Amino acid sequence: MRVLKYKEAISEATVQAMEADESIFVTGHAVDYPSGIFGSTSAAAEKFPDRVFDCPSMENAFAGIAVGAAAMGQRPMFVYPRADFMFLSFDNLLNLACKWRYMYGGNAGHVPIVLRAVVGKGWGQGATHSQSPHAPLAHFPGLTVAMPAAPADAKGLLLSALTSNHPVILFEHRSLFDHEGEVDEAMEPIPFGKARIVREGHDVTIVATSLMVSEAVTAAEELAGRGISVEIIDPRTIRPLDEAAILNSVKKTGRLIVADTSWELCGFSSEVAGLVAEKAFKHLKAPVRRIALADCPAPVSMPLEEAFYPKASTLANAVLELTGQNTENMSHIDEVSLFKGPY
Amino acid sequence: MPPKTQPIDPLASENHETLLRLHEELLRVRHAELALAERYKQQEMRTPTHFGVGQEAVAVGVCAALEKTDVAYSHHRSHNHFLAKGGSVYRLAAELFGRETGCSRGRGGSVHLTDLSCGFVASSAILGEAMSAATGSALAFRLGNEKRIATAFFGDAVAEEGAFYECLSYAALKKLPVLYVCENNGYATESPLSIRQPAGADISGRVASFGVRTIKAEGNDVLAVLTAAREAVAYLRTEGTPVFLECATYRWLEHVGPFYDHELGRTYRTEQEVAGWQDKCPVIKSRAAILEAGAADEATLDKMQTDIQAVIQADIEKAYGDPWPDPQQLFDNIY
Repeated sequence: MRVLKYKEAISEATVQAMEADESIFVTGHAVDYPSGIFGSTSAAAEKFPDRVFDCPSMENAFAGIAVGAAAMGQRPMFVYPRADFMFLSFDNLLNLACKWRYMYGGNAGHVPIVLRAVVGKGWGQGATHSQSPHAPLAHFPGLTVAMPAAPADAKGLLLSALTSNHPVILFEHRSLFDHEGEVDEAMEPIPFGKARIVREGHDVTIVATSLMVSEAVTAAEELAGRGISVEIIDPRTIRPLDEAAILNSVKKTGRLIVADTSWELCGFSSEVAGLVAEKAFKHLKAPVRRIALADCPAPVSMPLEEAFYPKASTLANAVLELTGQNTENMSHIDEVSLFKGPY
Repeated sequence: MPPKTQPIDPLASENHETLLRLHEELLRVRHAELALAERYKQQEMRTPTHFGVGQEAVAVGVCAALEKTDVAYSHHRSHNHFLAKGGSVYRLAAELFGRETGCSRGRGGSVHLTDLSCGFVASSAILGEAMSAATGSALAFRLGNEKRIATAFFGDAVAEEGAFYECLSYAALKKLPVLYVCENNGYATESPLSIRQPAGADISGRVASFGVRTIKAEGNDVLAVLTAAREAVAYLRTEGTPVFLECATYRWLEHVGPFYDHELGRTYRTEQEVAGWQDKCPVIKSRAAILEAGAADEATLDKMQTDIQAVIQADIEKAYGDPWPDPQQLFDNIY
């Protein structure tokens, strides 16, 4: 099968979906720049110049504008080059879009809007250009929250979003945009609520989201050399959540680490810990571990930033602890960022 | 640009039918609200309700200028707009009683109404959302080359929200066929305009600075509102760019609930102030215009009112007798 970069997979899904459905339009700040949201919208902008257009800085109203357009049969896709700007959209998104179908008793139709939010990390982007508000959004019934971690999922989940009947949010980690993977050329939507078993194993389960999936894979490869077998579950969507995939894995391994791209408190890692405590408690051989961002805003200075983000070595050491072994310095397995700024 | 719309001359006989049609609609909205407010006191409509008594002429005048295929959105005080756009008293009452037959099947309540069959898309309780959504529907009409108009009804406090300015800027930039109708009733809950906006601030003046056409109309005069709305609609259909219509009006009852403020001892406005606006009642004004024009006599108008009241009472009782939603369907329509 072909290999595509994550950003190319998004781009291909967008073009194919727009070819199939002329009610789709794409907007958001900078979507039609030649740089096209790190290369993910430029092909669509070139092919559909009338349906891919820039948007003023108006994230607040635009979420409502998207709802009103969707109510009239359009399929808006709104892109946030920085997910942090989504906070400005929370009113229309949470009070209107995600409740639309329910609070009008199903009588006001559907509002199929798609929101793509790019999550930043590193190179000193700091406190307001590095957040991933997937957990607060997944809190709300009526939304679907997807976190594609691989190119094939980026394509398949976006295709599902663009043919769905309700609001869907996709969190796309900027650090994944150049990751490569096999991607089907055909349009193969990936259903929401279906986890991917990234790697099978029997000692420890790591449930990982977004960028933390590849960090978990690095950790698992290192640990395999030491005779520890790690199973990695990528839920792909956190609402709906594939509970069965997580519970089945924990029943098999008895040990759980949840690795997330945001904070612990009231976050996705806590949600999964709660789920397992409630429904698989008797299978646990050790306490659940949550691996998430340090509990402070994202700092800028290099050593502080280094200390802020969990990485493959953090996960590998957590596995050693859970399996009763001594921890050690494993920084050699961590990816060295080759990124040259500015972002 | 289309020629300026001439004021409707109530004395001209060709306008008599319009006068009577508007009056009938005013009565339907007024007496629906009064009857619902009375019934609300019995604690069987368990949904916070913002009655629109006193403000009917804006909804009736604007909706009379729209086509059925045009769409409307409204805010928390939405009954007037729902009814004037063509929604039924029966389905509104059923919604307030929380019945399955309500316009939103008892899931929405007073502030979340819909009836797509008449183009009333939605009302919502959060200021600025109606404006955003209407702007989005206008964007859809622009993208789809449709000749329809999207309308948003909202109050003066929306001019204090950020979304207000984002929408005006976007609608002007994109030349969207959206009619913004500001019902300036001078209060946001119990806060008067004077403590919310700088002295001398003029909402329409601010709007005009975006390059959006503005029109002001006497909001308690249904003929004046209809004239202004026709002018706005003609402009929207030919120019396709947004119009902002500001109508001064006044709410008679408390912010939320069926009582007069003075009945509950509230002092944020005086009984005299309310009485002064009741003298400018849109229904009285409409009736006086009809009688002066000789379009109908007192007895005909009285009968029109009692007939409408009887239908409304029957609708409310029918709604009351309808079934509750089934708790088994609690999770219906989340997605």
